[in-house]
Amino acid sequence: MASPIIEMRGLTKRFPGVLANDEVSLSLHSGEIVALLGENGAGKSTLVNMVYGLLTPDEGSILVDGEEVNIRSPRHAIDLGIGMVHQHFMLVNPLTVTENIVLGAEPTRLGAIDFPAARASVRELSSQYGLKIDPDAVVRDLAVGMQQRAEILKALHRDARVLILDEPTAVLTPQEVRELFSVVRSLVADGLSVVFITHKLEEVMSIADRVVVMRDGAVVGETRPADTDMAGLARMMVGRDVVFRVEKKPSRCGDTVLEVNDLSVLDERRLEAVKGVSFSVCAGEIVAIAGVSGNGQAELVEAITGLRRPAAGTIALKGKDITHGTAREAIETGVSHVPEDRHRRGLVLEFNLMENMILGDHRLAPYSKRGVFDYNVISEVSKKRIADYDVRTPSERVKAEALSGGNQQKVVLARELGRDPDLLVAAQPTRGLDVGAIEFVHSQILAERDSGKAVLLISLELEEVQSLADRILVMFEGRIVREFEAGEASDEELGYFMTGGGGAKFAEATVEGGAVDG
Amino acid sequence: MAEPSVATRGQKIAHLLRELAVPVVSVMLAMGIGSVIMLVAGYDPLVAFPAMLKGAFGGGRQIGETLLRATPLMFTGLAVAYGFRAGLFNIGAEGQLFLGGLSAAWLGIVLAGLPQPFNIVMMLLAGAAIGAAWAFVPALLKAKVGAHEVITTMMFTYIGRYIVSWLVTGPLKAPGQIPQTSQLPPESTLPRMHDLFGFLAVSRVHLGFVIGVLVAMLLWWVLKYTTLGYEARAVGLNPWASETGGISVPSTTIKALCISGALAGLAGVTEVMGVHYRLHDQFSAGFGFTGIAVALLAKNNPLGVIAAAILFGALSAGAGTMQLEAFVPTKVIFIIQALIILFVAAEQLARWIIGRTRRVGVEHAS
Repeated sequence: MASPIIEMRGLTKRFPGVLANDEVSLSLHSGEIVALLGENGAGKSTLVNMVYGLLTPDEGSILVDGEEVNIRSPRHAIDLGIGMVHQHFMLVNPLTVTENIVLGAEPTRLGAIDFPAARASVRELSSQYGLKIDPDAVVRDLAVGMQQRAEILKALHRDARVLILDEPTAVLTPQEVRELFSVVRSLVADGLSVVFITHKLEEVMSIADRVVVMRDGAVVGETRPADTDMAGLARMMVGRDVVFRVEKKPSRCGDTVLEVNDLSVLDERRLEAVKGVSFSVCAGEIVAIAGVSGNGQAELVEAITGLRRPAAGTIALKGKDITHGTAREAIETGVSHVPEDRHRRGLVLEFNLMENMILGDHRLAPYSKRGVFDYNVISEVSKKRIADYDVRTPSERVKAEALSGGNQQKVVLARELGRDPDLLVAAQPTRGLDVGAIEFVHSQILAERDSGKAVLLISLELEEVQSLADRILVMFEGRIVREFEAGEASDEELGYFMTGGGGAKFAEATVEGGAVDG
Repeated sequence: MAEPSVATRGQKIAHLLRELAVPVVSVMLAMGIGSVIMLVAGYDPLVAFPAMLKGAFGGGRQIGETLLRATPLMFTGLAVAYGFRAGLFNIGAEGQLFLGGLSAAWLGIVLAGLPQPFNIVMMLLAGAAIGAAWAFVPALLKAKVGAHEVITTMMFTYIGRYIVSWLVTGPLKAPGQIPQTSQLPPESTLPRMHDLFGFLAVSRVHLGFVIGVLVAMLLWWVLKYTTLGYEARAVGLNPWASETGGISVPSTTIKALCISGALAGLAGVTEVMGVHYRLHDQFSAGFGFTGIAVALLAKNNPLGVIAAAILFGALSAGAGTMQLEAFVPTKVIFIIQALIILFVAAEQLARWIIGRTRRVGVEHAS
């Protein structure tokens, strides 16, 4: 085999209290897709950040084209032909696609940017690799998938031979994922090499030539998709067998806990996002709301948890009206909320785990008496919850921002479930988590149900909905268009109703009619 | 048994040193560049800085003067720092300070003849209340309609200053040529420290300094140990998560800005009661604005504010001696103050320098 383009030899990186990478070695050949698989916090990003010059290794060496290099900065990495698309895009939102792509490497004429040349080069790259994009579109107006294309084009514009994609599919729809995969295949057909970071097993199976599995900062195995299966990969990644299908007993429905009646909710633009929705959830039952993102689920959750005032209709918890209650009243009445965006709504990242563990209960005994905290109690409760929910952290005094995504979500769960609520509203509780953490979250949600709590699950993942829910409500354009019992509907049927098939016809007609009127 | 506690103490000290690194390096850098400026201007920093040090800490009277000048900065520094912790930039501490001073100048006369401890407590409470009231309108505008507090508190500073200007030249003007209020009776003033504690050297520093230190400690406790402080910090760091956790962001904002205003009001009260014994419209040397620098240097930590205020007090107290003995104009001190703020604000620069020296140190060691 030809010599590798990039070779990492025994890379070690330490952060205070953490060995992020422990003598990691990895080589990448031309025309190859290497998947870097591992749980959150396994050290994948640390490794590629060293290759991209964002971090300096403490030990070990990096060879590019067989020569040892000391990559000092991203600029240096780019000069060596290494491009990276970060999980969070590095684009200037008010600028156009072309401006973003050439930024830092602008073709100039007489000292001014040569926009016709820039646009032409963008067009050429875009047609060469099947990356269709409007070069004059403003980045801010583009869908996430398109922004990602702009990022890839940016790397190609700088003559990248190696493309590092850091969890590229986390933010994409299934359709966008398929398109990305075909782009990646056309790139490697042209001789580029791709490092594909992910924790999703299906993706590894479908795209990688070679899989390198990391756990706790070290490479624990290397294989080819043909030589293994998902269960084998999961075992390598987590270090034990993983249960994919959740085992659950049939639900025993008790008293009605949540009763939503003819609820309408407006969004920021004062448009009706939830249009006259009615449903109920009883004790010991998981009701899932399935739907494509942006069909009113977020507004529905905010209304139930007291974050948004409904325009009409009623919400009752155990017979008590909480329609116009505040978030505080919702919490105190027995509603717990695992928010969709844990960084924005779930945690105060700069707070330590003790402070995060009491958010929402911080006014109440035993944590606070007459407005003064009892840190002994807070620390004890935090330690207990950290143990119960298997939060991997050196201590309860660590800031939440220092934990991996999965552990942060466990902190949120520990707080929301530790409160012993009547109703758990869980919005996309496993978003961005790896299989081990997903398994844990699912088992916790089921345990809540089995102990007689009502659970309202909002999820975009059909698999999650199918495996957890006792009842499935399909939401489309602000309405519940269909209801299924567990196991009654296939994925295809659910997908059909989620995207506006069947009962939603009249909804489309109203929208079109409205547009004509306007 | 003793080992774990030693380890945690070691960690605590290491943490404290890391926290202190940026302010200390910033001050040293500012002194260094200040020296260069002195050299260029033809003065000898090796004469000037010792003279300044002597003027600030050379004896009991000098130390007293330093603490005297630190007192209003401590209150305004605390005011700005508390606001910052709740995500609010109270740029209008100066206005709240003027209103606090006004209340003391008026109430001190009204309470003439009553016992001094009673008057002190009443005047402090009244000053805090009016400072809070002056911040309340901007706070309400921020909470209800999102009007930015930088604009509104600044505008309220102008209103407050000119109300005081008008009152001291008109309705509250004492007989005579000078636009000022009547002198407060002794029972409405803050006693000097050497009058309270005979063993202290004679100086102008008054009880206000001690009150300031106590308030700083109280505030530190409030931030760390009470739900009030917890909610303020939570909203300052992440209003969305706070809202989700049932904290009312508007009411937390109002409370925090009013507490900030109350602290600034106390700066005005203690200046009137401890230094001037009356109100005139030049009684503040921009303490409200210097308080922003004090808070920045203290990284919004109430205990850090005590140290930062004393540093600024020392610069101000030492400037006179520096001018007398080294003939360096006091304006140089303002340059150094500005440089300190610059370097604290440009924290990354200080961090970079700390990182480099550490790396050089490691290389030397290996």
